[in-house]
Amino acid sequence: MPGRMALLNYVIRRVLYAIPILVGVNLITFALFFVVNSPDDMARMQLGVKYVTPEAIDKWKAERGYDKPLVFNAAADGVARLTQTIFFEKSVAMFAFDFGRADDGRDIAHEIRMRMLPSLAIALPVFLLGLATHIVFALTMVLFRATYVDFWGVVLCVALMSVSSLFYIIGGQFLVSKLWHLVPISGYGDGPDAVRFLILPVVIGVLSGAGASTRWYRTLFLEEMGRDYVRTARAKGLPERLVLFRHVLGNAMIPILTGTVVVIPLLFLGSLIAESFFGIPGLGSYTIDAINSQDFAVVRAMVFLGSLLYIVGLILTDVSYTLVDPRVRLE
Amino acid sequence: MTSFKPVVLWTDAFVYLLLVVVFAFAWHVRRNERLLAPWRRVGRSASGMAALTVLGCFIVVGLLDTVHLRPAVEHGGDAGGEQAYSVEVLSLLDVLATPLRTRVEKTYSAPFSAFLYARETVELPDGHQIRTFPRLQFGGAHLQDPDSELVADVAGRAAAGAGLGLLAWGMAVVALGGWLARRGARGWRETLAAIRRGATPVQWNVVCITLACILPLCGAALALADSYHILGTDKVGQDVFYQSLKSIRTGLVIGTLTTLMMLPFALLLGIMAGYFRGWVDDVIQYLYTTLSSIPSVLLIAATVLMMQVYIETRPEWFDTAAARADLRLLFLCVILGVTSWSGLCRLLRGETLKLREMEYIQAAHAFGVSHWRIIGRHILPNVMHIVLIATVMDFSGLVLAEAVLSYVGVGVDPSMISFGTMINAARLEMAREPMVWWTLLAAFGFMFALVLSANLFADAVQHAFDPRKKMLSATMPPRHARAARRAGRQPQASSSASVTERAPRP
Repeated sequence: MPGRMALLNYVIRRVLYAIPILVGVNLITFALFFVVNSPDDMARMQLGVKYVTPEAIDKWKAERGYDKPLVFNAAADGVARLTQTIFFEKSVAMFAFDFGRADDGRDIAHEIRMRMLPSLAIALPVFLLGLATHIVFALTMVLFRATYVDFWGVVLCVALMSVSSLFYIIGGQFLVSKLWHLVPISGYGDGPDAVRFLILPVVIGVLSGAGASTRWYRTLFLEEMGRDYVRTARAKGLPERLVLFRHVLGNAMIPILTGTVVVIPLLFLGSLIAESFFGIPGLGSYTIDAINSQDFAVVRAMVFLGSLLYIVGLILTDVSYTLVDPRVRLE
Repeated sequence: MTSFKPVVLWTDAFVYLLLVVVFAFAWHVRRNERLLAPWRRVGRSASGMAALTVLGCFIVVGLLDTVHLRPAVEHGGDAGGEQAYSVEVLSLLDVLATPLRTRVEKTYSAPFSAFLYARETVELPDGHQIRTFPRLQFGGAHLQDPDSELVADVAGRAAAGAGLGLLAWGMAVVALGGWLARRGARGWRETLAAIRRGATPVQWNVVCITLACILPLCGAALALADSYHILGTDKVGQDVFYQSLKSIRTGLVIGTLTTLMMLPFALLLGIMAGYFRGWVDDVIQYLYTTLSSIPSVLLIAATVLMMQVYIETRPEWFDTAAARADLRLLFLCVILGVTSWSGLCRLLRGETLKLREMEYIQAAHAFGVSHWRIIGRHILPNVMHIVLIATVMDFSGLVLAEAVLSYVGVGVDPSMISFGTMINAARLEMAREPMVWWTLLAAFGFMFALVLSANLFADAVQHAFDPRKKMLSATMPPRHARAARRAGRQPQASSSASVTERAPRP
């Protein structure tokens, strides 16, 4: 089938394009973590700025493998001149998903694999439920456009947008868990038990994104309402409900996909704040803990992983266009 | 309080620069009818003007908090010696709010309370010890018997303050009427009547109504803040109202300076990419794709961590703690600017790509006008509306981002008061028994007012400036919209996607 071959070709080409970007990201993180501050600076910061001995710094560097030259090792021979360096061992190795060890001695790649599932368990329902409810609310507002329903809907959206996500979590935990005792405040369990812990974070996640998304979808749909096919659909006697949910929704899929498919791979990373508030052992809380304990290796790994997933998301977005709109051709 | 030494911190300097830019821009716009037209549309928007009034109040507080100084230290004896200055950097707001700043209680106290929020063992004059809520050192200290006098005292002071506020409001309205009457060459009475009917080109009636809500409230708050902690005190006994006022500047600085920092780069690179195309375009596109491919929170976290190390290992750079916190704030603005830079750059590139094919630019080419002249005279003025819309739309998001980043631990310096640090310090207080709710409520209220007014103002600006965007029904009062529908005209957006409409950030 020529169509499938074209798609495959396209994906291969996009993956090749992604390589220079990942190299760029790698160089940025390398510069950020090893050039702006020398490993000595980092050691001094972590060991306490004033009272630190050179021996302690050397030990700290040796434990983490930071005691090698940055990019060129004159003491070694042959290829080892390039490979026995911080750049090769810490930055280039990330392409092979070798992220090294965290400060507590655990393998970062292993931790990431362990923590992906809890992150996904909260991020995926938030994403799917959010998408569905926000689109339905937006379509309802468009159905009642230019009435009080629409007007107050937009007012509500702007008000919801103006509340910090921190307050949604704090307020939700207070009302639902502390006042009404409906679900536990925080924690995580395995299997069916996890549902109890996940309800509140998911509901809060959907709610905190409601304002901005609903308003954005509403604008998209209103733009589609002015097209000719809408008039045609009405002219042939379709009820407004069907016009909206079948024709307008279908045609607004391209801009919706642009904004949503990109974030699907990033769901693996979880949410920084929600996970730390609700005590979910996912990648988000892993990152926060790393930031607070200044575990540079973990933060570096997460930056690389994040940009990798983002690029995967971009490719998926382009592929998804062809699925919803056969007119889109890949070149 | 005799002498002081003015201090200009880094962010202060940039705020002054921003003020100069804003005034220069306003002066330029006033002389140019074509540029003035969209601003007139903003002036006609009721929600926009109300939001602008609220924002104006916040900006006044923020500016007061921007003028910094170091007071002289009193030292006994040798008058001939060199004047020494305190290591503590104060702002004009700090000086005005000295009572709020210095009246520190022992620990938590509820709003308007005359007692501490925690029981303490107090020794009675007769030698007995009891567990009770001790009186506050400052809050309500003038009352003999707080239980019976407090309500009447608070009501009396609030009424007096609100009365003064109303008086100030009346004077402001009269002054406004006088000013408009002189400009419009009309009678004073006639002008006031026009304002009341909303028949002025700018919606002054909305401004007056908003001020009528704000000024008495401010008056009452100020009158009460003198003798009570109107929003309570936090764990170390600091006044929460004072903290809320201080947070305003941090929010405003982050919201505005971030854009100011990234604007030169975004403008230059975006226009260059669109104008020169070819390899310049490729390089610039590669640059912003790479930067934007790192999730922004992670990039910010990594950069701030590294900046912390950099600052921490070089303590000799800073003579005061405020200077260090300030430089951190500036760095945070720069970093936020770098992460939000790519969106604007992409928009500018797209618009320039379109503009460069326009006939007037082709004509300029044919006349041999140089590239940089074309960019400066023909392209730059025609992309400014995008810059303006992006600036006002980003503002509220940045204020919200500050709170989240400070919570994550990569925000402003912990010693700098901001909404984020307030929330961060208070987040465990809801779980405390008995619960301490006022810090969070204060941060919520102030932040909500600031962000909501910024959002509404941004909407008004966007509707006024975006040429491809007609009024959507929701900004039209429902009455008018329904009338329009009855008349057969459905209010709807234009067919092409608006340039500045953006997906919400994930």
